[in-house]
Amino acid sequence: MVTESISIEPLTSFEGWTCPLPLRDSPNVVMGHGGGGAMSAELVEHVFLPAFRNRTLGGLGDSAVLEVAGARLAFSTDSFVVRPLFFPGGSIGDLAVNGTVNDLAMSGATPLYLSAGFILEEGVEIAQVGAVAQRLGEAAERAGVQVVTGDTKVVESGHGDGIYVNTAGIGVIPDGVDIGPDRARPGDQVIVSGDLGVHGVAIMSVREGLEFGTEIRSDCQPLHGLVAAMLDVTHDLHVLRDPTRGGLATSLNEIASSSGVGIALDERALPIPDVVADACSLLGLDPLQVANEGKLVAFVPPEKVDEVLAAMRAHPAGAGAVVVGECVADHPGMVSARTGFGAERVVDLPIGEQLPRIC
Amino acid sequence: MCLAVPGEITEIWDDEGTPMGRVSFGNVTKDVCLAYVPDIQVGEYTIVHVGFALQRLDEKSALETLAIFRQMGELDAEFGDQWGRAAEQAGMPRPDVMGGMS
Amino acid sequence: MKYLEEFQDPELAKRLLDDIHATTTQPWAMMEVCGGQTHSIIRHGLDQLLPDGIELIHGPGCPVCVTPLEVIDKALEIASRPGVIFCSFGDMLRVPGSDRDLFRVKSAGGDVRVVYSPMDALAIAQKHPDRQVVFFGIGFETTAPPNAMTVYQARKLGIDNFSLLVSHVRVPPAIEAIMTSPVCRVQAFLAAGHVCTVMGTSEYPALAERFEVPIVVTGFEPLDILEGIRRAVHQLEEGRHEVENAYPRVVCDDGNPIAIEMLEDVFEVVDRSWRGIGMIPQSGWRLSERYRPWDAEARFEVGDIRTQESSICRSGEVLQGLIKPHECAAFGRECTPRTPLGATMVSSEGACAAYYLYRRLQVPPPSERVPVGAGAKDEAR
Repeated sequence: MVTESISIEPLTSFEGWTCPLPLRDSPNVVMGHGGGGAMSAELVEHVFLPAFRNRTLGGLGDSAVLEVAGARLAFSTDSFVVRPLFFPGGSIGDLAVNGTVNDLAMSGATPLYLSAGFILEEGVEIAQVGAVAQRLGEAAERAGVQVVTGDTKVVESGHGDGIYVNTAGIGVIPDGVDIGPDRARPGDQVIVSGDLGVHGVAIMSVREGLEFGTEIRSDCQPLHGLVAAMLDVTHDLHVLRDPTRGGLATSLNEIASSSGVGIALDERALPIPDVVADACSLLGLDPLQVANEGKLVAFVPPEKVDEVLAAMRAHPAGAGAVVVGECVADHPGMVSARTGFGAERVVDLPIGEQLPRIC
Repeated sequence: MCLAVPGEITEIWDDEGTPMGRVSFGNVTKDVCLAYVPDIQVGEYTIVHVGFALQRLDEKSALETLAIFRQMGELDAEFGDQWGRAAEQAGMPRPDVMGGMS
Repeated sequence: MKYLEEFQDPELAKRLLDDIHATTTQPWAMMEVCGGQTHSIIRHGLDQLLPDGIELIHGPGCPVCVTPLEVIDKALEIASRPGVIFCSFGDMLRVPGSDRDLFRVKSAGGDVRVVYSPMDALAIAQKHPDRQVVFFGIGFETTAPPNAMTVYQARKLGIDNFSLLVSHVRVPPAIEAIMTSPVCRVQAFLAAGHVCTVMGTSEYPALAERFEVPIVVTGFEPLDILEGIRRAVHQLEEGRHEVENAYPRVVCDDGNPIAIEMLEDVFEVVDRSWRGIGMIPQSGWRLSERYRPWDAEARFEVGDIRTQESSICRSGEVLQGLIKPHECAAFGRECTPRTPLGATMVSSEGACAAYYLYRRLQVPPPSERVPVGAGAKDEAR
């Protein structure tokens, strides 16, 4: 168990960590803090990290990599607050399993066991709880993991949004596998496993006030099988990440920052399906900032790209795998994209929640 | 101003005296108020801003505009680029080969 | 999406650019009026592809950016009241008022909801007859007809628990104000295509004549913008100053007469203060007498609002095209989309946000023509 601590000043007051202007000195949580973008990152960096103080956490990977009794374990947790509970292509139960399974898989681990904690709002129909539990169990079976422990709490009516689920999971990392967000190097090729923005659009299409008609279904699926197929070809995968809330833009910015490299994308190579492009045009959103639930991005040394791509495309979860860019030494910590017109633009983190716009 | 996207009317109905329509934007559809384009027909195109159709989209005009853009390259492909490159190399402004196009 | 993607074709873009390059013999400065056009230009990098001498000055056509601070503060006040459901377009939620924004109000317990259309707000009012539902009706002439129809329906259906907080602004008076400013450098305008879809082009010939500037009605996709620029360059090179329609597929000279009639019924023209610019006479709309009962400002007596703008924010100069965003000392430092000082950094259409989001890689060469000292701001008023 890694017990070294790093020196982060404990936070005794909030002075100085926000902009000096009174407007940004937000003493209360706002929705943006959950958006997965810049505000979420600030909350983690300034409130949680200093409180917990250890190097493993500081690595800020999708899951923690721990050495326990000679084995290397991946350990991860995720909470699920999606509305609506059931959406085209999935449910909160599917997300609860696949979300944590995928976090573990991004460290190269074989996921084994999950816990499942439920927070239920007084008044929710038991039949609904049952349906969620059923879907969760089915997803676990499909993913080859077992839910071995759990907890249930009930909050008073008006204090919750129906059903919240938290899952935590452990998995074993094979020897010789060292994947982490700080391992990207200039020259690495950036591969995405398939179509982008699918989950976010599926959710938005049924969200009150936005509803629009579409055939799209969430891409929620477990990815550890795909990762195993990639590891079969080479253990030298530098970074794996599943871009969920905040979209590919968020994941790439985080990795660029952790690794101290720049990332250069080619917009024309991005696999954005027409339905996502159309929905984003309608609402004024950037597909790169829209959530995914069954996709991964991989940073692969150039000499391994062809083999890894072939292995991915041979696997059902990676059939649409494609190279979308590369790591560069320029603009470390930032992500740029070459537009279809040959100009260059920055791909940024979303600030808070993605909101449809009129302008 | 602002975000207005083109879509095809696929269905029209009346909602308490207000014409409404289902508009298809490629792969997504949305219900839209047609009060400002009351004569529009199924199969026609319109631009939609915050849930309202603001104007019929003139398909003929759209295609004409694209045709003009396509024609624009033709003369240039024959003569323009070489002159332009030569001029640039000599540090001079590009010659105007498209003078007749406005 | 049909009739959208064709106008993003890079091959055709190149042809338009070749023509622009071939035609340009001297420097020109033109203003694209609409924030949506600014967004498209920066997002696709179109200005990077133009001849060095062509400068695009980003105009004040961002309704989010120009909504007066008093109105934002009124919105915040109303949204904070118990029993109110405050509905707004997504763009407005992070606009800073004097001391907070709508997100903070929501966080403090206010019922603030994002809607796609004002009709969604009306539907909420029907669904919750015991609550007061207020819709934040901002926008230019493009958004005014949807807002008008909504309050017209409210009146027709007798939905009395609905009201509209109106802050509409009109483009032609803004063009006039910009052109009469002593530090104006604008030599041609790319007029806002969707505004003209509604209003037609009748207000522009007089402006083109009076100020001797070409005015080209321009769309929003890359090819539309390049075509607008192309036509403007041709006019400038030939010494013409006419009104041209480069967006004929949705703009005709008469606009949409049904929409115009509705606007004349529902709204009346008033003087309006533009955030960062100041008072522009006859540049706004408020609800007409007949619709006053649905006016949120009348319904909710919002008392003395004392506004407080950031003292270092130079949004106004950006909105008038006097400076570029990166020429403001606070750009990227105190002022970022995450920590905005003014509305131009919050709105995705604001020039500052567009520059920050898409442009941080480049440091554009300093302009030789514009003095970037803060003194320019006072002269413009």
